[in-house]
This record gives sequence, C-alpha cells and structure tokens, in this order.
Amino acid sequence: MISILLNIGLLLLSVSTLGFVYRVVKGPTTPDRVIALDAIGINLIGMTAITSVILRTEAFLEVILLLGILAFIGTVAFSKFLEKGVIIENERKS
Amino acid sequence: MKTNDLILQTVTKIIIFLILAFSLHLFFAGHYTPGGGFIGGLMTAAALVLLLLAFDAKTVNKIFPIDFIQVAAIGLLIAVLTGIGSFFFDVPFLTQTFGYFDLPILGKTGLATAVLFDIGVYLVVIGVTMTIIQTIGEDE
Repeated sequence: MISILLNIGLLLLSVSTLGFVYRVVKGPTTPDRVIALDAIGINLIGMTAITSVILRTEAFLEVILLLGILAFIGTVAFSKFLEKGVIIENERKS
Repeated sequence: MKTNDLILQTVTKIIIFLILAFSLHLFFAGHYTPGGGFIGGLMTAAALVLLLLAFDAKTVNKIFPIDFIQVAAIGLLIAVLTGIGSFFFDVPFLTQTFGYFDLPILGKTGLATAVLFDIGVYLVVIGVTMTIIQTIGEDE
C-alpha cells in the first residue's frame, strides 16, 4: 500500500518536473527559465526524499540539504548576473 | 537604477553559519557515513562564494585575509606529512591507524589518522576552488 502511494508521489513529481522543463524550453524571458530551473531543483529534492524512503536507506539525507544549498546559490548567482551584469563585484557601489 | 541588497545580505549573514556547520558535519561524518574531505571542502567554498555574491571581493578579503593558494599548499603539505609519518613506525607509506581514547566530554571515541589526511584534502579543495573563482571573478 505505502509503496503504491510513494510511486504515485514520484509520478506526480515527474509530471510537474516535465511542466517545468516545458517552461525552461519555451519561456519567453530569462527570468522564467531561472525560476523554472530553481523549481526543478526543489522537485529533485522531493524525488530524492521519496527514493530514499523507497530504498529504506538514510544515505541520501545529506544530498537533500546539499541540493537545497546549491539551488539557492545558483539562483542567487543568476539573479545577480541578470540585475547587475557582474556576479562578483570588486567594490560595491551602494 | 540604484539597487539595494538588504534582503540578500541579511539572509546571507544567517545562512552562512548553517552552511559552514553542515560542511563541518560532512567533514567529520565522512568515516562511517557519506561525506568526507572533498564534499566538506566544496561546501565551505560554497559558503565563501555566497559571501562573495552578497558582498564584494574587497569586503570578503577584509573578513578572510587569506591567500587561498597558500591554503592549497598547506593542505598538500599536511597530506604528504601524514604519509611520511608512517615511516617512523617502520610501516609502508600512507599506512593509516586508529585507536580508542577517553576524551573529556565525548567519552570513548575512535580517533583515526585518516582524519589528518582528510584535513589535507579539505584544505586543498577549499584553496583550489576559491583560487579559481577569485581569479575568474576579478573584473579588472
């Protein structure tokens, strides 16, 4: 019973990831694509969690936190590039 | 347009301690669970990169007045010295050992010399990653 529910959850996350992939490919502007990639990262976190429940292991719990940190830093870097043109400034203006 | 990074800087000041604590956890947990020197060093470098993103290169240089090439060199030196240290006990190069000790707070703890080698890996990863990012990031 529980394994059927977990597989349904994985299926729903896969379908929603497909929707985000459509937004990444089609998205008219760059911010659309950045947001979609960020959401794909969050979906990957959920899929990792469900997979680790299915496999009955605790070995992937670090991966969850790692993916969250990496998705955050990547999104911040891309947003800064879109807003200011440089990612690492030599000296802040404001 | 005048930009204001107040939210990003405030969030960074809190999150950076979480990332550093997580990287230290990954580093020390590497013997029995997933983790180790490589991913711990990468996470520490990620925390420093987040600091570079939220602030600027000069501020980060003022907070951490470290030459990261020297960090990589010190890490390599530590890794080689732990290998050479095995010669003093008449065993082959890079032989590792471990033992159980009674520490004041932790109680009976298993300490392995592989941790010393891992510290070398950790420092090399931090040094190389930050050197690459700082060299590419300079816009002048």
